[in-house]
Amino acid sequence: MGTTKSKNWQYFLGPLSKDNPVIVQVLGICSALAVTAQLKPAFVMTLSVVVVTAFANLIMSLLRKGVPGRIRIIVQLVVIAFLVILVDQVLKAFVYDVSKQLSVYVGLIITNCILMGRVEAFALSNKPWPALVDGAANGVGYGIILLMLGFVRELLGSGSLWGVRVIPDEWYIQNGGFYANNGLMMLPPMALVLVGIIIWVHRSSKSNKDLIEK
Amino acid sequence: MISQILKKVVDGVKPTFDKGGKLSFLHSLFDAVETLLFVPDTVTKKGAHIRDAVDLKRSLIVVVLALVPALLFGMYNTGLQHFRAVGDVAAEASIWGCWWYGFVRMLPLILVSYVVGLGIEVAFAQRRGHEVTEGYFVTGMLIPLIMPIDVPLWMVALAVAFSVIIGKEVFGGSGMNIFNPALLARAFVFFAYTPFISGDKVWIRGAGKGGEYIDGFSGATPLTQLGENAEQMLANANVWDWIVGTIPGSIGETSVIAIAIGAVIMLATGVASWRIMLSVVAGGWLTGLLFNAIGASPVMDMPAYYHLLLGGFAFGAVFMATDPVTAAQTNVGKVVVGFLIGVIAVLIRVVNPGYPEGMMLAILFMNAMAPLVDHVVVGFNVRRRLSGKLTKGRA
Repeated sequence: MGTTKSKNWQYFLGPLSKDNPVIVQVLGICSALAVTAQLKPAFVMTLSVVVVTAFANLIMSLLRKGVPGRIRIIVQLVVIAFLVILVDQVLKAFVYDVSKQLSVYVGLIITNCILMGRVEAFALSNKPWPALVDGAANGVGYGIILLMLGFVRELLGSGSLWGVRVIPDEWYIQNGGFYANNGLMMLPPMALVLVGIIIWVHRSSKSNKDLIEK
Repeated sequence: MISQILKKVVDGVKPTFDKGGKLSFLHSLFDAVETLLFVPDTVTKKGAHIRDAVDLKRSLIVVVLALVPALLFGMYNTGLQHFRAVGDVAAEASIWGCWWYGFVRMLPLILVSYVVGLGIEVAFAQRRGHEVTEGYFVTGMLIPLIMPIDVPLWMVALAVAFSVIIGKEVFGGSGMNIFNPALLARAFVFFAYTPFISGDKVWIRGAGKGGEYIDGFSGATPLTQLGENAEQMLANANVWDWIVGTIPGSIGETSVIAIAIGAVIMLATGVASWRIMLSVVAGGWLTGLLFNAIGASPVMDMPAYYHLLLGGFAFGAVFMATDPVTAAQTNVGKVVVGFLIGVIAVLIRVVNPGYPEGMMLAILFMNAMAPLVDHVVVGFNVRRRLSGKLTKGRA
């Protein structure tokens, strides 16, 4: 019992840093650049992906013995698509404005490589409980990076956090101050540079030296 | 005499900075100063752009010298434009007064550029344990010259930090960068703080802060005017002003004469490639002619050689496109890349209504393409030799 518990704990911790889907496996970059101009959509996207990865892993793990190998991909797609549509409808019902902002990227969770990757690599060969943990952890690992990007981009790009103005108005040049928002932060290319910087910092830490490619 | 004393002093303190010495952690800084003062007996070996048996600092100093005419004229023009804007006729007539006004405003820009850029370079050199790379000498002078005079200093500092760290150090330092660092700094300001580097308020000292202008004065550059009202701009065209450079614009880019002097210095010393300069000009001019032939709008009808005189075309062709690190390395490649820079720059000016100036984006784009062009040229040469010459030789 004790060993399984610590194993699950490892399953959970891995994707947060050492095995992070975005900055180590470099998956899900597209949406990480697209929805992180502000913190709020980044957060909603994080929640959506956590829910979908966790339950996709759980369902596929439950089904793993009943699905013939030849048609497993299409079954996975049906399960994932079902979950994504569910999430999409919930977002539309309860946070319509954010759903509008996320636009096509909620639907595109289906094509997020993290999902198929975890289902293929983990859920099909593990029991339901570890599969659920692994799915959730990968969603969270993805979300951490999204939230970092959203924080930096919204703060420097629009001078606000979660839609609330943080940088005082009188700091701005047009009000006689010295400051101006960084428009580059609002563009996806800068988000990619930020992802690069996160990877750089992450790999410079002593415990991650083995991640550096020779 | 002085140099001998200096040499004595430098040699005297040298052991302090050598390995094991008290100040050995400042070794790279000492090395930078020493090789700046005296020609070192070592030859630069690393970097994609090394083609010569001299230390890199020597050839870079030629480039800085070549920039001096543009720099001096830029200072003069800063004052001239300011006094024109406020209608101070007496001050406008005084060359020395104009120059001094510009010099005082320009100095902080240059200082910020060098202090931030060299600071980061020294920090990286220390951490990585190699000498301070010399590339920043030229970049540090180029960056102020391609900024508008009124750009806030902290933006310059940020742009310099971005270009040195993201544009250069992550690729492995001087000689390894893909993009021209000075242009990258300008592109950073251009996309991050667009209102501070475009429009008609930034090119004249004090304009952004509600300076009082005489009636009818416009601070827009000719290219901005061209984008807004082409007929009026072409009707008022004053080619001689464009050649001399007494027009609003980035500090160093306005005077074609001053840039031409720089070009002569660099070509005479063999520091820059004539192939690149010539092909950029040819590309721009021929594209201009092509648009003349289409002639669908007043902008297209503009005489083709206007393009060569306006905006950053001349400055880019002479100082940016010829950067030995980011340009193509093969002779054919240089011509191809240069030509396409000219083509794209004019294309952006004429066709894209969003950007009045295209030189910066054209050069950065072709920086990225240069290795590909080289690859094709080299592959072509290899194939040609394998198929033709060698078999002929055997027969």
